[in-house]
Amino acid sequence: MQEALQYVFSGITNGAIYAAIAVGFSLLYNSTELINFAHGEFVMLGALILVTLWNIFKLPLPLAFFITVFTVSGMGLLFERLAIRTVSKPHPIVLVIITVGASIFFRGIGMLLWGKDSYSVPSFSDHAPITIFGASLLPQSLWILVIVGISVCALHFFFKKTLTGKAMQACAINKRAARLSGIHSEKMVLLAFFLSTGMGAVAGIIIAPITMCSYNMGTMLGLKGFCAAMLGGLGSLWGSLIGGFLLGIVEALGVGFFSSSLKDAIAFLLLLLILYMRPGGIMRVKEVKRF
Amino acid sequence: MSSKLLRKTASYGIFWIAVAAAGMSIDNSYYLQVLTFIGIHSILALGLNMLMGYAGQISLGHAAFYGLGAYTTAIMTVHYDLSPWLALPCAICLVILVAFIVGLPTLKLSGYYLGMGTLGFGMIVHIIFREWTSVTGGASGYVGIPPLELGAFSFSSSRNYFYLVWCTVLISIVLCQRLIDSRIGRALRSIHDSEHASKAVGVNTRNLKLQVFMLSAALAGVAGFLYAHFVSFISPGTFDFIVSIRIVTMVVIGGMASIWGALLGASLLTLLPEWLHAFSDFEMIVYGLILMLVMIILPQGLTRGILDIYERSHKKYFK
Repeated sequence: MQEALQYVFSGITNGAIYAAIAVGFSLLYNSTELINFAHGEFVMLGALILVTLWNIFKLPLPLAFFITVFTVSGMGLLFERLAIRTVSKPHPIVLVIITVGASIFFRGIGMLLWGKDSYSVPSFSDHAPITIFGASLLPQSLWILVIVGISVCALHFFFKKTLTGKAMQACAINKRAARLSGIHSEKMVLLAFFLSTGMGAVAGIIIAPITMCSYNMGTMLGLKGFCAAMLGGLGSLWGSLIGGFLLGIVEALGVGFFSSSLKDAIAFLLLLLILYMRPGGIMRVKEVKRF
Repeated sequence: MSSKLLRKTASYGIFWIAVAAAGMSIDNSYYLQVLTFIGIHSILALGLNMLMGYAGQISLGHAAFYGLGAYTTAIMTVHYDLSPWLALPCAICLVILVAFIVGLPTLKLSGYYLGMGTLGFGMIVHIIFREWTSVTGGASGYVGIPPLELGAFSFSSSRNYFYLVWCTVLISIVLCQRLIDSRIGRALRSIHDSEHASKAVGVNTRNLKLQVFMLSAALAGVAGFLYAHFVSFISPGTFDFIVSIRIVTMVVIGGMASIWGALLGASLLTLLPEWLHAFSDFEMIVYGLILMLVMIILPQGLTRGILDIYERSHKKYFK
């Protein structure tokens, strides 16, 4: 019982991170129908830039946090303008290959700037772990949950209550109709890239204290986030959240009760199961377009 | 029609002469080795091209079939001491069987969902290679896979193996070309354009997609067999997610729905890392940049893109 609770705690922590990454995938998919295979590398950049700003330049944490998020988002914007928009006749698979190229490119940059070493940062606060029914909950897990919770609520508020957010949703539903009612759809795509890579950076920042950060940490995280987004239903904000937590908890229980070497296999088995039984994801979304 | 046939025969002839000339004139074993790898990758790209380029179904897990072919022959020849020529049909049968079982539910999906389904399958197979230590040798893999022999004739020299691989490539090309030009090929292309429409005119899309998936897996299995007996050492790292993506990239960069495009893409992506060694630390950056630039400038792939440029300049200057 106590063991199971401990696994659930670690599952929720990982799940929150998967959820943050999945939200990034979903945001982008919603407005551009593009899967960004370089998304994991933005997570990596978020973590490594935080390491540099906080640990080496000794900036205060909140300042480092915001500088990191805006730097990575800025890179996302550049990426959209330089690589995605310049393609003349975009076929989805061509865009996928471009993002794969970008992911190799960013990993190369990461290796060049930070080398092949792993870095670690201390927890955001040095409180003692909290004990609940004999299972201990790290304060960093609470930080992760709070930060993910705030970001998702902020995004929800943005989409439901602000004019820009509604305009973005209109673009996601029907680009042409949105354009006819005077919405600048290209600006909305740019904004989607900004928000998506920003979420990636947030995920990277919160994962930094609980893992070893290195230039090649992004690929697997990106795939897991993609997995979570598919589980919940690609394009749905709350679906991504559910998918992320489900993935995290199932993975943690699998690791705890079976074997840690099967960790990644469990995530993908769960994905195949969902794809076969409920292809639209848990929060079933509109029928997806084929290539 | 006959001129088309003539052109096709001529292109096979030129291809065959080029292979023979390369085999006879190149003495450097490193170059022969690189050319052999190009051949193996070409078989992989040809198989995936049938699935992606013609039938319009994506697979991000093709390295799994490549690996299954390699591991089957490795286990049978090293562990059970059987002849490789017995292992080859077993490997192909196993790969086809796995493709059938996986394809049955997966090919109902489409777009990113199909991509993710095949990716998940590839990941799981890779983890099985890595973790099922008693059968697959775990992370350290298999060593000492015997070279191929046919009676007294040995394929252990790199020149003989080069011929063997490129003969297989030629057979695969002829096989794919014949298939594309047949009724099945037209049905496949109709699925690519619209699955509903091809269903409406009576194409059994479910069976056809499954069959082309199995064919493409079988070719990947053959490539795995050739790889295992060439390198004589296999480990799970050769068959991971990155490799699946690289095969897809070969097909897309070369130009989808083009047999020579698959060959071009495979050659380019095999040679590129060899050339980029000179950049050492910048290798990944340059590789990523080239990949992005090619796709931005020639989104139709190299063969189609170059043809377009040729036709445009032809119109401009010869009109």
